[in-house]
Amino acid sequence: MGRFLAMGGYAAYVWPAYAVFFLVLGADVLATALRRRRVLRELAGRMARQAARRQPDVSP
Amino acid sequence: MNAFKLWYHKLGSPPYFYLFAGYIRPWLWGIALLLAAVGLYGGLVLAPPDYQQGDAFRIIFVHVPAAWMSLFIYGVMAVSAFIAVIWRPKMAEVLAMESAPIGAAFTLIALITGSLWGKPTWGTYWTWDARLTSELVLLFIYLGVIGLYHAFEDPRQGARAASFLAMVGAVNLPIVHYSVVWWNTLHQGTTVRYFGPSSIAPSMLWPLLVMTIAAKFYYGASLMGRSRVALLSLERGKDWVRAEVAGAPAGG
Repeated sequence: MGRFLAMGGYAAYVWPAYAVFFLVLGADVLATALRRRRVLRELAGRMARQAARRQPDVSP
Repeated sequence: MNAFKLWYHKLGSPPYFYLFAGYIRPWLWGIALLLAAVGLYGGLVLAPPDYQQGDAFRIIFVHVPAAWMSLFIYGVMAVSAFIAVIWRPKMAEVLAMESAPIGAAFTLIALITGSLWGKPTWGTYWTWDARLTSELVLLFIYLGVIGLYHAFEDPRQGARAASFLAMVGAVNLPIVHYSVVWWNTLHQGTTVRYFGPSSIAPSMLWPLLVMTIAAKFYYGASLMGRSRVALLSLERGKDWVRAEVAGAPAGG
């Protein structure tokens, strides 16, 4: 395992390259998930406001 | 109209595309992860060290797929942009605009991993070589397309303007691809060929190809996820979006 991690002395270049690959794609996935949450919350808020306008509160 | 043509036209409809994308996205993800696991095992464990570069060559399994994807995604984006500009279907605009950030991500990966590979093999992180410079220009064009899209109040107008830029920027694609042939560069030439034998050992070639296909499936999965969100936002107020918002959990 130690030999595998050492990458023949090139660990300082090989592992950061793999980290960049997965971190950048991870950021792409995360950005989409956060954007989906934001859009859904925004749209749900709009729908709630429209419903409130159409049906004003009738309690005394 | 035959079944395929009918299906193709249905895909142009946002609510149908939203459903279709949601259905295939988990499959694309699954295949991408499975192939990546196989490719990484083949590349990091099974493939022997290179006789000249030792283990530093293993960067190839992330660098080359990312670099290929940076060009492939640009091609998809440019074709979608062309269709969007000529016939103006909304789906073509969405696919073009949502491809841009994924393409930019792969371009950034190609540049950074290439830089990390350059240090031990060339002795420098960066050089203004034709291949490196044209790939950097590719990143700037991607960023320009994304920026222009967001610079407009009306997303459809933004998509139209950014589509023009994407089409014009396509001239950079052959420059990136042929830069290692046209100019005398530090970057090595092509060793993987579609026609004729590749000058790379099979034990190194197959993990590279598997990682490349994994990257393609990842692109598909990411594009489906991004397009779904974009459609919800663009089609706000439509009945199908209201139904989706009313019933949807925030995940997926």
